[in-house]
Amino acid sequence: MKVALFVPCFIDSFFPEVGIATLELLERLGCEVDYPLEQTCCGQPMGNSGCEKDAAATEALFVQNFLDYDYIVSPSGSCVHHVRNHLTAAPPSSGRASVRAHTYELVEFLHDVLKVDSFPWASFPHKVGLHNSCGTLRALKTASMSEIVGPNFSKPLSLLNKVRGIEFVTPDRPDECCGFGGTFCVSEEPVSARMGFDKVRDHKRAGAEYIVSADSSCLMHQQGCADRLKLGLKFIHIAQILNGATS
Amino acid sequence: MKRVDHVKASRNFIADEKHIEFHDKRLWGLRTSRDAAAHGIPEWEALRTLASGIKEHTLTHLADYLEEFERNAINNGVVVHWAADAEEHNRIVHEILSKRGAKSLVKSKSMLTEECGMREYLEARGILVVETDLGERIQQLDDEKPSHIVVPAVHKLAVDVADVFARKLGTDPNNSDVYYLADAQRQTTRPLILNADAGMTGCNFAIAETGGITVCTNEGNADLSANVPPLHIASIGIEKLIPKLEHLGVFVRMLSRSALGSPITQYTSHFRGPRVGGEMHYVLVDNGRSERLAMDDFWYSLKCIRCGACMNTCPVYRRSGGLSYGGVYSGPIGAIINPTYDLKKYSALPFASTMNGSCTNVCPVRINIHEQIYKWRQIIAERHELPFVKKEAMKAAGKVLANPKLYRAAMKTANGALATLPRAFIYNPFNAWGKQREVPASPKYTFRDWYLKRNKAK
Repeated sequence: MKVALFVPCFIDSFFPEVGIATLELLERLGCEVDYPLEQTCCGQPMGNSGCEKDAAATEALFVQNFLDYDYIVSPSGSCVHHVRNHLTAAPPSSGRASVRAHTYELVEFLHDVLKVDSFPWASFPHKVGLHNSCGTLRALKTASMSEIVGPNFSKPLSLLNKVRGIEFVTPDRPDECCGFGGTFCVSEEPVSARMGFDKVRDHKRAGAEYIVSADSSCLMHQQGCADRLKLGLKFIHIAQILNGATS
Repeated sequence: MKRVDHVKASRNFIADEKHIEFHDKRLWGLRTSRDAAAHGIPEWEALRTLASGIKEHTLTHLADYLEEFERNAINNGVVVHWAADAEEHNRIVHEILSKRGAKSLVKSKSMLTEECGMREYLEARGILVVETDLGERIQQLDDEKPSHIVVPAVHKLAVDVADVFARKLGTDPNNSDVYYLADAQRQTTRPLILNADAGMTGCNFAIAETGGITVCTNEGNADLSANVPPLHIASIGIEKLIPKLEHLGVFVRMLSRSALGSPITQYTSHFRGPRVGGEMHYVLVDNGRSERLAMDDFWYSLKCIRCGACMNTCPVYRRSGGLSYGGVYSGPIGAIINPTYDLKKYSALPFASTMNGSCTNVCPVRINIHEQIYKWRQIIAERHELPFVKKEAMKAAGKVLANPKLYRAAMKTANGALATLPRAFIYNPFNAWGKQREVPASPKYTFRDWYLKRNKAK
């Protein structure tokens, strides 16, 4: 199966190891992975700030880069949400519609498309708090939400449960937003930081050694908060655990 | 109008640990109760769809239902008035009162009268206005706006209330026992109710088919306000209409469950006409609603039944307090309603959100709140109401991110001159990231560098 890898700008820049884990994992699972070299960003930072017009050229470039792939996979929920549910700055075209329809967040892709039933190489003997980012949870609906009445399910948990030795802790507010929110994290700094502090304290109280998430942006924010509080919490992307990282 | 500075207000709110901790926990408690109540009804999501559909239908046939409501109300003996805006509403209410020589008005909570600034208007004309809802009374005595549409004084601790009551009602400033305080309010308000010349209520639902209105309270204070004085005035926003009595069942099941997690409010009072020897007036108020109804992206906000669930669940609201929104409506619903009144003044509100979507999930009438927030951001940027630095940063980011060569150059310069995301976003001595958070380590290579190196080695 041929897959295009979309590595969002901040992962490219801050968390290359998350891009690497995603690529290696997909290859391990038998995918032929292309990384279009001219890729930059999906346009989300501008769109979320109200500046869709400034996102138009970036979005058009995104469409051009990923046009001919059946599967475009990215280890970032909020970026996939932007591609799938927004991407409204680029001119409407059949290409745009196709790129939107073929873009998957990594967990969705593993769970729904590849239907992976084991990760024999993965072992993570640690107490882990799962952070479902709002992008994956409420926008992409990769797990049931505490507000919504319906059956319980969780795609990330069902994948992580296949990892040897992993243990989960239960925070009091498992699906409250951590306060990253894109440019919100700097423009609304006081509330953003407070939300982050509350989030990491909640996981710490629950006994977590690690916080795992499908969104590096939430992790970056939470790590900044936890380190400032000297909580000793560690942070890891789900791709890294599923690819066999042990710490 | 001066722009609301949500960041500054929230910084002050957060600096007070006792208050923010209580505020967040109290409202999260309401959200948790709401979840339990909703999960107790297997058809909850279907009810939300039904409620949304009824409101959508009503709003798209609003003129017809308003006329039907008026006809039936008149047949019931109610005097019906129409007010195009806040000023006309206040003038009408004042005329009704002054024609009858009424000098005092007791009222139950109404966001609409807050919206119209009615209390100030009447007080300036010599009318004594008394709020009878406990929380609203606290806010009136403290000369503050309600900070929440259901629990107006939720940002106050019992000691704050003791302070207000000591100053205004003469209670013991050192006694913050809630029973003592509630009793003081009761004892001081009851005589005012008994001697009032007129009473006013808001309206939760106005039923076209019957011409009646329904008011939901937990203190029974709407009943006192409406029934004790000989004159009852109800202020009604035109979006409060529902077609039939049978639809009321859908909304009453959802309102209090969404608001507080209780199956129903303590009092659900139905008013249809004046009692013998009394008078009843409806003032139907537009005040920007027709204009909003014509906005393609925002008319959906008129479905709101004012339950406050979006505020209770909003992590930003819980950590900044209702007063930080600087308007009559706060929280997520305030972020999408207030800009329809004054875009410039409220231009910061749609940015006081992480767009996490929890508000949309709890909304009993399925208002797409976080999507409207996204849309408002686009309008605010288009109308040049964004802060200059943000606007310029986005313009620069848009240019760099649209050009792979510029992008790669920017990725190489950790503290370079290129004002692009994401590096400058974090590694910038002037930005806000590092105030309370550690800055992430700067990796030696980008993913792309690694990928190219690996492919070369293959």
